[in-house]
Amino acid sequence: MEVTLTHFLVVSTLLFSFGIYGIVTRKNAIMVLMGIELILNASNINFIAFSRYGNFGLQGQLFALFVIVLAAAEAAIALAIVLNVYKTFVNVNVDEIDELRD
Amino acid sequence: MGIYDIIFYLFAAVTLLSAFFVVTTRNIVRAAFFLLFTFFGVAGIYVLLGADFVAIAQLIVYVGGILILLIFGVMITNKITQVDIKTGTIHTLPVAVGVGLLAGVILAVVLNTDWFQIPTEMPKSTLSTLGSMLLNEYVLIFELLGILLLVALIGAASMARK
Repeated sequence: MEVTLTHFLVVSTLLFSFGIYGIVTRKNAIMVLMGIELILNASNINFIAFSRYGNFGLQGQLFALFVIVLAAAEAAIALAIVLNVYKTFVNVNVDEIDELRD
Repeated sequence: MGIYDIIFYLFAAVTLLSAFFVVTTRNIVRAAFFLLFTFFGVAGIYVLLGADFVAIAQLIVYVGGILILLIFGVMITNKITQVDIKTGTIHTLPVAVGVGLLAGVILAVVLNTDWFQIPTEMPKSTLSTLGSMLLNEYVLIFELLGILLLVALIGAASMARK
């Protein structure tokens, strides 16, 4: 079967679903971050696929680059927060962290 | 079925299988390594779509930066006494059903829509076009992203030092 736009969209849909599943079911905060990265990758595949098949230049690729930059900033900030949470609560399980102050 | 299609199915299979293992394996270190294969597969899909620079950026930033950062996070936030660092899971069955329904709805929309698609000519190299777009039409976003990265760097460093 010849590869068309639909194939890429199906791949990104499945990747997005796996990401949602990871975010909701995992307890460890770093595993939640991995789920977020999967979702960002799925959105990037969509951007680039539409950029290739939509006949409007390279804007989709440019936005995929912006998403990659935002993902890098997000990972750095999120890991700094996770480190602080670990210092305060001694674990990083998101279902046990339910207090805002000591 | 041409060579292009075979390579696409190969990369799609690598991406989806390793993404599946990322969200199902209980060992965090193993999940991080499967995430590596997912990022490689996605970079391959970018190449198949003619996005050479984005694919390289994906490899450098995701594999070289974010994944290393995640593995550092795993190492720092666990008392390492043995190799297997487990993570618990909650509500797996209801979430699986819900996510399956969501995926079904999106897939139905994707498969039943008559997408407007004109495959553009595969560009020889996207580098010069992307560069001139970044410094002409999108220069404001480009500068803002630079400031954002600086703020994120300072913020992360000051938060982690406290």
